[in-house]
Amino acid sequence: MPEANHELQNEVAGLIVSTLNLDVSPDEIQPDASLYGEGLGLDSIDILEVALVVSKRYGFQLRADNADNVSIFSSLASLTRHIAANREK
Amino acid sequence: MSPLPLIAHRRLDAVVAWRGGTPVSAGQFLGEVAHVAGQLPPGRHVLNLCGDRYRFTVALAACIVSGRISLLPSTHTPEMVRQMQRIAPDVFCIVDQGAGVELPAFRYPESAPPPGAGLAIPAIDREQVVARVFTSGSTGVPMPHAKRWGSLVRNVQAEAQRLGIGAGHAILGTVPPQHMYGLESTVLMPLQSGATLHAGRPFYPADICADLASLPRPRVLVTTPYHLRALLADQATLPAVDQLVSATAPLSQDLANEAESRFGAPLHEIYGCTETGQLASRRTSAGAEWQTLAGVRLRREGPTLWAEGGHIDTPTGLNDVIELTGDGPLSTSFLLHGRHADLVNIAGKRTSLAYLNHQLNAIPGVADGVFLLPREDSMDRIGRLAALVVAPGLTPAALTQALRARIDPVFLPRPLLFVDALPRSAAGKLPSQAAQDLLAALQARSATGMTA
Repeated sequence: MPEANHELQNEVAGLIVSTLNLDVSPDEIQPDASLYGEGLGLDSIDILEVALVVSKRYGFQLRADNADNVSIFSSLASLTRHIAANREK
Repeated sequence: MSPLPLIAHRRLDAVVAWRGGTPVSAGQFLGEVAHVAGQLPPGRHVLNLCGDRYRFTVALAACIVSGRISLLPSTHTPEMVRQMQRIAPDVFCIVDQGAGVELPAFRYPESAPPPGAGLAIPAIDREQVVARVFTSGSTGVPMPHAKRWGSLVRNVQAEAQRLGIGAGHAILGTVPPQHMYGLESTVLMPLQSGATLHAGRPFYPADICADLASLPRPRVLVTTPYHLRALLADQATLPAVDQLVSATAPLSQDLANEAESRFGAPLHEIYGCTETGQLASRRTSAGAEWQTLAGVRLRREGPTLWAEGGHIDTPTGLNDVIELTGDGPLSTSFLLHGRHADLVNIAGKRTSLAYLNHQLNAIPGVADGVFLLPREDSMDRIGRLAALVVAPGLTPAALTQALRARIDPVFLPRPLLFVDALPRSAAGKLPSQAAQDLLAALQARSATGMTA
C-alpha cells in the first residue's frame, strides 16, 4: 500500500473509534477484517454514523455501489480505498 | 362478508411499483404473483427475506393467494430462526440475493411469467390469516400475533386516508418490509390505496435523495427519526417531498419542524403496536396530541386501557403510558407519555428487557447478567444498551459472539461490563437503580483511567 494510503488508513481507523466511542484503539483494527458482523461488530446504525463523519471530513457523499448498501464498509482497507478514490478534500 | 381484493388498483395498466427507474404495471405484478405462487414449495409458513421491496411484495402476495402465512419475527438471528422452526416446522425462506438463513430456501425466480398469467385481481377472504408477527414475550419464547387480511386492509386504508395518499402517490421507504411499520406503510398501504411503491431501500442519505428525486410527484418518504436526522445533517439540499411519515420512535418537535421546512412537506408520525397495528397519528409540528385512525377508540377500564373499533377485531389492552385527552370514557385523542417500561426500541427494532436478559443468562458460562436501558440523552439520537455480567470463565469477545447468535446486533451491549456480582437484594431481586448506580460507578472509574 502506498505510504499516503497507509496514513489515511490510520486516520480512518481513528475516525471510526472516535465517532463510535469504541473500546479499542485505532491500531487494533485489522485492515482486512470485517468491520461489521463478526469482525469489529459494527451495525448499520454505526455505519450511517461513520458515513456522515466521512462525508463531512472528506467532502464527498457515500453512495451504495450495488445492492449491498454496506459493502464499502466490508473492511478498514476497503473503506480507506473508497475514500482515497473519492475524496474531495 | 365479501372478500377484499389483493390490490386497490382498478386497471391492469395502473403502476404498482417503480423498480430501477421502470414502472411495473398491475398486470405485470399479478402475472409475477401467479408465477411465483405456482413454484413455491409445499410448506405453509414463510420467512420472506427478499431485500428488493418489489420482490418482497410479489412473494408476500404469492403467499397470500396460495394460503400461506408469512412469519415476521423481530430479528433473523440463528436462535430466532430456530424458534420459528420450532413454532412452524414446515417454514421455508424466500431469498432474492445473498445468503439466507439456516432454513430450506426458495430462490426468487429470475424467469419471466408466461404471457396471460394473472389477468384478474385475486380476492382474499377477510378472515384469512396472512401473517404472524412476533413480540419478544417475557420467557425467551416469541409470542405470535395473527394478522388477518380484513383487519390489515382496513388498517392501511385508514392510514392512507389520514395521510391523504391515493392513486398517483409514489412511496419510498428507508425501513425494511420485514417489520410491521415497513410492511404496513411501504407495502400494504400502496397496494391498498392504489399508490406506487419504490422497490429500493436506500441507506446512505445521498441515495435516499437520489431515489426520491427519481420518483414522480406527489411522493412520500416513509422513514424513522434516525434516518431523518442523518438526512438533515448530511444533505445541503433536499428534494421536494409531498408527505413525510415517521414511526418506530418518538420524534422531537425540533427535528419535525426542520424536516417540514426543508422538505416542504407535512410530517406525520404513526403510533402503533404489534398487537393492534397502527392506532393513531399526529402532525408533530402542530402539537403532541395523537388522533386515532378512523373508527379506533380508546377506553379506560380500571387499570387497563383498551383499543377497539376500526380495524381492531377484538378489544386489545395497551401497555404504554397513555393519557386520554377527550371527554367521556371513550376517546379518540391522547398523549403518549412513554412506552411500556420493559419494551426496548432501538432504531425501530423492538424487544423486551426480559427477553434480552433471558438470552444473556442462557449462555453457558454466564452466572448472572442484566441488560440496562440507556439513559435518555437526546430524543433523536440512538442510545445503546449496557449489560453487567458475571461470567468468570468467559472473555468479552466470546460472550459477544454468543450473544450475536441470539439477539439482534442493535441490542448488543455497549458497554459490556464484567463484574464479580450483581447488587441483588436478599430476595434475589435486582433494583434497577442499584444496577444503574453500579454501571455509572464502573463507567466513571474507566473514564478516569482505572480498570474495573
